[in-house]
Amino acid sequence: MTEVVFYIFAAIAVLSAALCILQRSPMVSALWLVSTMCSLAAIYVLLNAQFIAAIQVLVYAGAIMVLFLFVIMLLNLGDAGSDLRGPSTVAATLVIAGLLSVELLALTRYTPRRLANELSQWPTFTDPATVFVAGQVTQQESAARGVVGALAAPLFQVYLIPFEITSVLLLAAIVGAVVLAKRNV
Amino acid sequence: MTPETKGFLLLSVIKMLAVFTVILVGVALLTLMERKVSAWMQNRRGPNRVGPAGLLQPAADGLKNILKEETFPAMANRGLFLLAPAISFIPALLLFAVIPFGAPLPVDFDFTLGPLGRFIHHGFMPMVVADLPIGFLFVLAISSMGVYGIALAGWSSNSKYALLGGLRASAQMVSYEVAMGLSLIPVLLMSGSVSLSAIIRDQQMGLWYVLPLFLSFFIFLIAGFAETNRLPFDMPEAESELIAGYHTEYSAMKFSFFFIAEYSNVVTVCAMVTTLFFGGWDIPFTHWDEAGGVLQTVATAAFFFAKVMFWIFFVMWIRWTLPRFRYDQLMALGWKVLMPLALAYIMVVCVAIYLIRRVFGITDPIYEGLALFGLSLVVAFLVFGLLDSGIFIKGSARQRRTLNARARRAPVT
Repeated sequence: MTEVVFYIFAAIAVLSAALCILQRSPMVSALWLVSTMCSLAAIYVLLNAQFIAAIQVLVYAGAIMVLFLFVIMLLNLGDAGSDLRGPSTVAATLVIAGLLSVELLALTRYTPRRLANELSQWPTFTDPATVFVAGQVTQQESAARGVVGALAAPLFQVYLIPFEITSVLLLAAIVGAVVLAKRNV
Repeated sequence: MTPETKGFLLLSVIKMLAVFTVILVGVALLTLMERKVSAWMQNRRGPNRVGPAGLLQPAADGLKNILKEETFPAMANRGLFLLAPAISFIPALLLFAVIPFGAPLPVDFDFTLGPLGRFIHHGFMPMVVADLPIGFLFVLAISSMGVYGIALAGWSSNSKYALLGGLRASAQMVSYEVAMGLSLIPVLLMSGSVSLSAIIRDQQMGLWYVLPLFLSFFIFLIAGFAETNRLPFDMPEAESELIAGYHTEYSAMKFSFFFIAEYSNVVTVCAMVTTLFFGGWDIPFTHWDEAGGVLQTVATAAFFFAKVMFWIFFVMWIRWTLPRFRYDQLMALGWKVLMPLALAYIMVVCVAIYLIRRVFGITDPIYEGLALFGLSLVVAFLVFGLLDSGIFIKGSARQRRTLNARARRAPVT
């Protein structure tokens, strides 16, 4: 049952991602990206990560993409002709596509067992044997602490310092953006 | 599929159909209520020709909207133009799925239905379509999708007024979502859970959150008005500036889809205010309603309905009382007043809850609520004293004075 749901949403996600890059109109493209994000949120729910799913829809689909649409509407971008033609672009595309398919092939050789074995060599805080078993850890954690607590507890206890460093970095980026924008006013 | 799963699915389908029907019929009646309330406030009679006391007016409106001609503006993006009403309609109807509207109902059945097999359900059925663990985060997430409908409607109609309305709507809704989300963090701090049924349970044991978290309630209510695009924040459709804003070019049933979405958003915001700050289906001053039983379910559902109707009336009351904000005032209120206020309030509530629970060791939820109520009185006095004296919100006259001062300082060339 869960697998059927997963394949439905995975198909929608892949299809929308493909349509996102195949569309001429930037507006339609952005909407297909929203569709991709929503189906990804559904996949997060299947992994028992409901909180991440809600945040995915709230932040990415609900706020960031609205700003994208805002910019597209303000600039009134039409169906622009593609700049990506010519032999050099085709060559670069082929190289990138080749690299990505090699990566994809390499990834298929990884099994959950092998990942768990490699991970057990590293200093981690959770039992690696349970990490990749279809959302088992998130299920246990959310049963114990609730869906928000399952994320909040590691974030604010074990990984507190990386989290704070990241927030300072983001703050610096915000201040930088304001400074750059203000210079032009 | 086990018989228990089938029983669960059967009940879920029944609840879905019931909630869907109630929302759609309720929205139709709300249009009538809005017209009656406005008439009452303006000393008119309102619609009174169709049916007894005008009760069939929504049916007549619906029939008219179905029979009217569908128009397409020239050069409009046809696909997106058709998609926009649907995108604003669907999230609006999804939202009510997570709101509990009554005490759990004891349901016991065990029967076989021909080829479908055996259906079993024992114990209490929660009176909510889907009691999601993410609770109000679902409401925030799905309501943030509603903005696409309005933005797309504005963009795809190929009309200046509609485009401006769509732009205003997307800016306004993104801005006020921030204040709305931040205003709910004190609720999360109090209850320790985002699940709406857990929040209601917490309020039944202690006080309704409107007393200990008054400022949160206030910010949530204002942001709710802005999110549903109701007056005094109906910038996206301000008729004196933009004709009808984002739905200028829409006609017939597509136009009324936007209206259904708006009214069901109003219902949802009112139900959220009730659930988060007024105890949901809780009947105050008694614990009889928590015992569980058919009578309790009916009584609590009626109480919930009454509370939601009060807030719907409040929304209409505000609409016909206050004038519209200016657009820059709206943005300044959202970003410069409500957001810092909500952030500061989170800090205050954090410290207060830490002191109450850890330092003074008060664990009784009623005493904790009373202590926070004392604090919220002080905070409310400070905030509204300052707001009223024009320190946070500058009136237009005050702004003009500062502009003139700058103009005077500027060198004359």
